Amino acid sequence: MRYLPLTDADRRTMLAKIGVPSVDSLFRDVPERARFGKIDLPDHLGELEVERAISAMAAKNLGTGRAPSFLGAGAYRHHVPSSVDHLIQRGEFLTSYTPYQPEVTQGTLEYLFEFQTQVALIADMDVANASMYDGATATAEAVMMANRVTRRSKAVLSGGLHPHYREIVATHAHFGGFTAEFLPPDPQGQESLLDRIDNQTSCVVVQNPGFFGHLRDYAALAQACQKAGALLIVAVAEIVSLGAVKPPGAMGADIVAAEGQSLGNALGFGGPYVGLFATREKYVRQMPGRLVGQTVDTDGRRGWVLTLSTREQHIRREKATSNICTNSGLCALAFTIHLTILGEAGFTRLADLNHATAVRLAERLSSVKGVEVVNDTFFNEFTVRLPKPATSVIDALADRGILGGVPVSRLYPKESALADLLLLAATETNTDADIDALVRALKEVL
Amino acid sequence: MQRDPVTGTFSGNRGLQIEEPLIFEQDAPGRTGVDLPEPPQVKSRLGGIERKGAIGLPGLSEPQVVRHYTRLSQKNYAIDTGLYPLGSCTMKHNPRLNEKMVRLPGLADLHPLQPVKTVQGALELIDQLAHWLKTLTGMPAVALSPGAGAHGELCGIMAIRAAHEAKGEGHRKRILVPESAHGTNPATAAGVGYAVDPIPANERGRVDLAAFKAKLGADVAGIMITNPNTCGLFENDIMEIAEAIHGVGAYFYGDGANFNAIVGRVRPGDLGVDCMHINLHKTFSTPHGGGGPGAGPVVLSAALAPFAPLPYVVHGPNGFDLVERNDHALASGQAFGRLKSFHGQMGMFVRAVAYMMSHGGDGLRQVANDAVLNANYLMASLKDEMTPAFEGPCMHEALFDDDFLKNTDVSTLDIAKAMIDEGYHPMTMYFPLVVHGALLIEPTETESKDSLDQFIAVMRGLARRAKSGDTAYFHAAPTLTPRRRLDETAAARKPVLRWKPSPITGEAAE
Repeated sequence: MRYLPLTDADRRTMLAKIGVPSVDSLFRDVPERARFGKIDLPDHLGELEVERAISAMAAKNLGTGRAPSFLGAGAYRHHVPSSVDHLIQRGEFLTSYTPYQPEVTQGTLEYLFEFQTQVALIADMDVANASMYDGATATAEAVMMANRVTRRSKAVLSGGLHPHYREIVATHAHFGGFTAEFLPPDPQGQESLLDRIDNQTSCVVVQNPGFFGHLRDYAALAQACQKAGALLIVAVAEIVSLGAVKPPGAMGADIVAAEGQSLGNALGFGGPYVGLFATREKYVRQMPGRLVGQTVDTDGRRGWVLTLSTREQHIRREKATSNICTNSGLCALAFTIHLTILGEAGFTRLADLNHATAVRLAERLSSVKGVEVVNDTFFNEFTVRLPKPATSVIDALADRGILGGVPVSRLYPKESALADLLLLAATETNTDADIDALVRALKEVL
Repeated sequence: MQRDPVTGTFSGNRGLQIEEPLIFEQDAPGRTGVDLPEPPQVKSRLGGIERKGAIGLPGLSEPQVVRHYTRLSQKNYAIDTGLYPLGSCTMKHNPRLNEKMVRLPGLADLHPLQPVKTVQGALELIDQLAHWLKTLTGMPAVALSPGAGAHGELCGIMAIRAAHEAKGEGHRKRILVPESAHGTNPATAAGVGYAVDPIPANERGRVDLAAFKAKLGADVAGIMITNPNTCGLFENDIMEIAEAIHGVGAYFYGDGANFNAIVGRVRPGDLGVDCMHINLHKTFSTPHGGGGPGAGPVVLSAALAPFAPLPYVVHGPNGFDLVERNDHALASGQAFGRLKSFHGQMGMFVRAVAYMMSHGGDGLRQVANDAVLNANYLMASLKDEMTPAFEGPCMHEALFDDDFLKNTDVSTLDIAKAMIDEGYHPMTMYFPLVVHGALLIEPTETESKDSLDQFIAVMRGLARRAKSGDTAYFHAAPTLTPRRRLDETAAARKPVLRWKPSPITGEAAE
C-alpha cells in the first residue's frame, strides 16, 4: 500500500524488539467479543482507479463553471487568483498543525496575525480572532458571547438574517438555555427592531446586506442597543460587500460575525468555509476561538504566539468561552492571501464591479414581463417576485443549463407567501452573455 | 547599514532563515496584485450606505505576495518536512491525490443550493462516505454536518439530550467525563447545559471502574469516553462501562479522536457506543492546514439515529435527495434542527473518500496495525532511557511521564524545545493532565522504520544529555530556529492582536 512505509521485514524486526509474536498481541486489551475479522468494504485501489471513480461522480454534477450561475444566499462564486491555491498547497502550510509550538510555526502565526488585522480593518472593528467554522456558527458564538457579556439571556434575531444562521442560533438557544426571538422573514427589508429591545435583551442580530439583499444603516439601532445595555451583532454573509458598503463598525456594531468564503475559497458544495469574528477591545476576553498576539523572543526579536488561551477549552475545560478547537486555518490562509493580492485598490474595485454587475442584472430582469425586482437597495444580490413558484422556474432553467438563483422556498419551504420569491446574485464572474442567456431563458419558462 | 546584534548579519537573515516583514510594512498605496476591469457606469443601488474613507489594506503586487507567503511557509514545521509526533493529533501523511480530487470541476465549483437534480454525483459521494463510516464503526446512522471534532461532540451531546427530553427525562443533568479527557469534552457538555462530573483514572491509566460505578444514578445523562484513551491505552473495561451506563438509562458518547488505532479492527458499535465523532482530519488524513478546517461526522446508534441534525442525504424515487427541513420532527421534539450552514465540510468528505478508497478495507486495518506497531516500537526503544507512564503495550501513542528528568532541573518543556533544535516538532506535552509532565508521542503509521530509528536515537541522546547535568543547554533551547523562546506571559498581559501603524509611518497606512 503506497502510503505505508513498513515492509514485512521491518514489522518482524520491530515485533522482535517489542518482544511479542504478532501485532494481534498488541491488541490484547480489546475484549475478545469486540474483535472482528473481515470488513465488508472494497479492497485498496491505485491512484488511477480512485481518480476514475471520483471523477465519474464529479461528472454527474452541473458545476457553476460550465453554466451561467446566479446563485448566492450565503455562498458566492468569485474568481480566485491562481497564486492563492498554489500557495495554500505548500506542504509547510497544508500539513502543519495548530501553532502550539511558536518557534516552529512562526509562518502560520504571522499570517494569522495579518488575517486578524485585515478582518478588523474591513469590519472596522478593534480586534478579530483567528477564524471560526463558518459565518453561521460564528453568529451563534456571537450570541452566546453577548449573553456572557451582558449576563442576559434573550436574543432578538432579524427576519433578514440567513435562515441557516437563525436555525443554528435556535439550536444553541434550546440547549444553552437562552431565549431567541425570531422576527418573521422580511423580504421587504423594512422590519423595525427598535421596539423589540428591552432590559432583558442581550443582543440584536441583523445581517447586512440582508438575506433578501437589502442594505440598511444600523447606526440608530446600535445606539438603541447601547442605551438598553444590549449588544448589536452584525452578520455579513458576503464579505466582498465591505469594499463598498459602510462597515458594521462604523454603524456601532459590538460584534461582527461574517462568512469569509467569498475571498480565496471555492464554493465546494458548501464547505469548508471560514467564519470571521470581530469585536470591541473591551470584550476580547469573552471572545471564542484562537487569538494570535505579538511578543518578543529571548533575543528581543518580534514574534507571534497563540495568546489569551485561558479563555479556551484546553486550559479552562468546562468554564471555557467555547468548545471550539480546530477552526478554519487553511481557509483563513486562502482568505488572507486573496485579500493581500487585492489590496485596498483591488478590494474596492472588486466590490464596485460586483455591484455594477448586479445593477445591470436587475435592470435587465425588470424588463422581463412578470418579473418584479423587490429591492430598492442591494449590493450584489437581490430578490425578485415571479408570477409562479420560484422552484418550478429554477428547475426549468436548470434543464436549459442555467443555474438561475436560489428560490427563497429552498430555505423557507413552509412559508407559502415566499414561494414566488427568487434570490439572484451577480459577481465579477458573470458576463453580459450570462445575463443575456438568463433573460432569454426566463422569457421562455415564465 | 548596521549589523543585526542577534544574527551578526546586515540583513538580520541567517542563510535560508529570512526575516519577513508584515504585509502592512510592504505597502505602497494604490498598488495591487490583480487587474480587474473598470466597472461599468451604473446608477448606484447602495442607498447612500457607501463606505467612506480608506480601509487601510496594504497594496502589494503578485510577485511580492508569492514571495511573502513562500517565506512564511518556510518558518513552519510540517508533516511534509518531518516526523510530527504530536500525541492525540494523528499527524499522518496527507496524500496529494486527495487535493487533486477536491479541486475537480463538478465538485469544487458546486454551489450548495443548486437544484438537487444537478448535484446527484455530490450526493452519491456523501452517501459513499456515510457507508464507509457506518461500516467501519458498526453504527446504523451518521450525521455529517459537524465542522470539526469539537463540533461533532456538540452534535452528539445534543442528540443525547434531545433523546432524553423526548422520553420525558430532561431532568438528567450530569455527564461523566474522565479526568484524562480532552478539554473539548467538558467544554462541550457544559455548552449543552450539563454539569460535568469528573471520573479519576486508576493506576493503570484507565477509567477507575469503582469510582465510575459510584457516580452512576438516575440523573446521569451520559458518559464521554475516548477509546483508545488519551494515555494511548485501550479501555479494557469498556463493554462493562457501556452496559452499566445503559443500565441507568444513560448514553455512551465515544470520542473518536483516537479511532486511527482501531480502524478496521474494532467497531465502536460493538463496544456499546451510542454516538461518536470521527475527526476526518485525523484518521482519514484530511490535512490539518495549520489548525483546520476539520470535519467531525458523528455516527449514531439506532437509539440516537432519529435525533441526527439536518441535513441528511436519503435515497428518493428520482435518485438521491437532501432533507434540509424537518419541521414536524422539530416541533414534536424528535429532532434538534441544524448545527452548520449548508451540508457540512464537503471538501473534507471528498478527501476522506479518496483516502478510504485508496486504502480499502484491507489497507485501513493495516493502518491501525502499523500505527500501533510504530508506537510500541518507540515505547520499547525508549523505555530504558525515559519513563513510560503505564505498563503494558500501548495503542497508537506512547505516553511517558517526567520521572526520568527527576533531579535534573530539565523539564518536559525543555526537552520539547531541545527537540526543535534537533529538527523535530515536539510531542504533545503536559497532556493528559493525569500524568506528571506528560510526553505523549504518536508517530502514526506513515513513518518508516528508518525515520523512527533516527527519532529514537535523538530522544535517547536528549534524555542522556539531560541526566548528564547539561541543564544550561536545555534551558537555552531552541537556539537554531527563526525565533527563540517567545514571551507568552507578556503577550497575554498586554495583548497586541493586530498591526497598527506606528506614529512615524502612520501616514503611509492611513
